[in-house]
Amino acid sequence: MLEIKKLHASINGKEILKGLSLSVKPGEVHAIMGPNGAGKSTLASVLSGNQNYEVTNGEVSFYGKDLLSLPPEDRSREGVFLSFQYPVEIPGVSMTNFMRTAVNEHRKYKNLDPISASDFLKMMREKKELVELDNKLANRSVNEGFSGGEKKRNEIFQMAMLDPRLSILDETDSGLDIDALRIVASGVNKLRRSDNATIVITHYQRLLDYIVPDFIHVLYNGRIVKTGGKELALELEEKGYDWIKKEIDG
Amino acid sequence: MEQQYIDLYKEQQANVKMHSASPLNDLRDGSFALFERIGFPTIKLENYKYSDLKEPLSADYGLNINRIPIPVNPYEVFKCDVPGIKSFLYFVVNDGFYPVSDPRNNALPEGVIVGSLKEVGKSHPDLIARYLGKLSAKKEDGLVAFNGAFAQDGFFMYVPKNVVLDRPVQLVNIMRSDVDFMANSHNLVILEEGAKAQLLVCDHTVDDVKFLCNRVTEVFVGENATYEHYKLENTNTKTTNLSTLLMQQLASSTVLANVITLHNGITRNTIEIALDGQHCETTLCGMVIGDKNQKVDNFTSILHNQPNCNSKELFKYVLDDMSVGGFTGKLFVAKDAQKTAAFQTNRNILLSKMARMNTKPQLEIYADDVKCSHGATVGQLDEIAKFYLQSRGISEKEARLLLMFAFTNDVIENIRIEALQDRIKLLVEKRLRGELSKCEGCVICQ
Ligand SMILES: Nc1ncnc2c1ncn2[C@@H]1O[C@H](COP(=O)(O)OP(=O)(O)OP(=O)(O)O)[C@@H](O)[C@H]1O
Ligand SMILES: [Mg+2]
Repeated sequence: MLEIKKLHASINGKEILKGLSLSVKPGEVHAIMGPNGAGKSTLASVLSGNQNYEVTNGEVSFYGKDLLSLPPEDRSREGVFLSFQYPVEIPGVSMTNFMRTAVNEHRKYKNLDPISASDFLKMMREKKELVELDNKLANRSVNEGFSGGEKKRNEIFQMAMLDPRLSILDETDSGLDIDALRIVASGVNKLRRSDNATIVITHYQRLLDYIVPDFIHVLYNGRIVKTGGKELALELEEKGYDWIKKEIDG
Repeated sequence: MEQQYIDLYKEQQANVKMHSASPLNDLRDGSFALFERIGFPTIKLENYKYSDLKEPLSADYGLNINRIPIPVNPYEVFKCDVPGIKSFLYFVVNDGFYPVSDPRNNALPEGVIVGSLKEVGKSHPDLIARYLGKLSAKKEDGLVAFNGAFAQDGFFMYVPKNVVLDRPVQLVNIMRSDVDFMANSHNLVILEEGAKAQLLVCDHTVDDVKFLCNRVTEVFVGENATYEHYKLENTNTKTTNLSTLLMQQLASSTVLANVITLHNGITRNTIEIALDGQHCETTLCGMVIGDKNQKVDNFTSILHNQPNCNSKELFKYVLDDMSVGGFTGKLFVAKDAQKTAAFQTNRNILLSKMARMNTKPQLEIYADDVKCSHGATVGQLDEIAKFYLQSRGISEKEARLLLMFAFTNDVIENIRIEALQDRIKLLVEKRLRGELSKCEGCVICQ
């Protein structure tokens, strides 16, 4: 579904992604690990259409469509979802209004009528249950005053509402307590199907016990420098990144 | 510019007085003398530096000194009362109180008086004399002085001791004329001790000519009384709306004032609230949505003359195209007004490079045991928030709307009449979408 070929991207003139390639097929879970500053969030931002990043070379196709030519909203409507590493607080915009607008924009893209009020409420209720999101949170402004963990949970709630074909979870595990981690991971697992895929960006092997990946990639210095099975995470946990850095930097 | 009006007054003063509410005549010559001395305000004055009124004041307007009735039946043309709002409804057409009262107004509680200054001036001259001009007559302000010289009538409302009005009073100002036209009116609102009332003032224009409205409103809020004042301005781009709202609060009274400019030409609101008793609560809010060449200047003063009062001020502007906004937040705390708590916020979003905002806090604090804060920001829409919304499939246009709407939200929350709040939400949303926010089925607002 997703083909990234030799992607180069920079921010403020500084090149961060330096020829990154990755291929994801339906039903797969890919984990991306790598040291701080390697470019993991940059990759997520570029895929979701953040205008602050400039793509200087390479291509990305999503189900055959040129993803990079689409505005962020169309990427979402095509089924790309990013769970932000740092979800944004938007005072004055209620969660309900936000989600209703988003769901209806997705429906419009598919030539469907706006969702009925009762169907929408039912959907909200079901998806809240999936990540055990507190009712009180769903009645507030988007992320406003949410704790770090609550924000992450809210990201997965939004993911459940929008039912994406490709989800990119950028450090969704960081800031979660152990119970929350289990809840969020089980939410993600429940949303897994043979026709959707997940990219999990994480620093910790722990999450991968819950969301079991088919592949683990190590992103370093703007490129994927190593790919392995789930056992690679254990090795990294044990040995850190130095041995890989040495291999690459020579 | 002033001379033509000075000549007019000298020539026509007998007619002005003959057709006027008589209590207004007691102040007239004094006001005229003041106007002759100071003239119209110019941008050279500190208090008017964000209000350039030269152009609208130099236009040639007709005045209706002889009070010739205006051929319009507001009940026929005005269909835009806020749906769901049950109000006591009154009209001022140009500067005259429309005499035919809505039968629903018969339900006003015993002792409440609502009517024209002219009529009530005859039936209750003493009541009016006790209040009229007490806040306005000494103001060194050219617009107020001019109003004092030329205003002949206005809206009057009196709520006796401990009487509670269970629905808002709605005053609709309608401007209707075939030629460029000027209206001056003087309104008077009195709440006795423990009274409770809400007044909703709507400004509308019917015709596509130049209008200049110069209105002065005095409000007296007695001890323990609660008063809410809402002003909704939705007029045409050729209208200049000059409005002076002067309020006095006595001990333990509560006031909420919320002035909303949705559509206009040139607007100048002067709002002054004097806290003349202890333990007063004051909330003063406002919101402006401006585009094209609209100009809106809110000049506000809160005078903490007594200790132990709380005031909160919040103004928000969304300015597009070439529109220009002005805000002054004057906060005066007298030497003895200890334990004053006063908070002021003015936030502004500029949607175009050409839009401009002038904002100025003006703090004069003479007491030492006070909690005061003020903050002003001028910025653009939050790009990061916009991207977050877009990343969920919301179009850029819709994302901008959501953010602008969210920006005005806390002002709208300070509308404590539910039906009005719902209505204003709708009007604001339409306005932000670039649709004219005229009320549905309404033939009157342009
Ligand atoms: N606005 C910016 N200007 C310049 N450099 C930037 C900017 N934003 C990010 N960078 C740099 O880009 C590099 C990659 O950042 P990115 O956020 O993609 O890293 P990451 O792999 O997600 O790291 P982490 O594990 O800490 O989340 C970093 O060196 C960062 O400092
Ligand atoms: Mg990151």
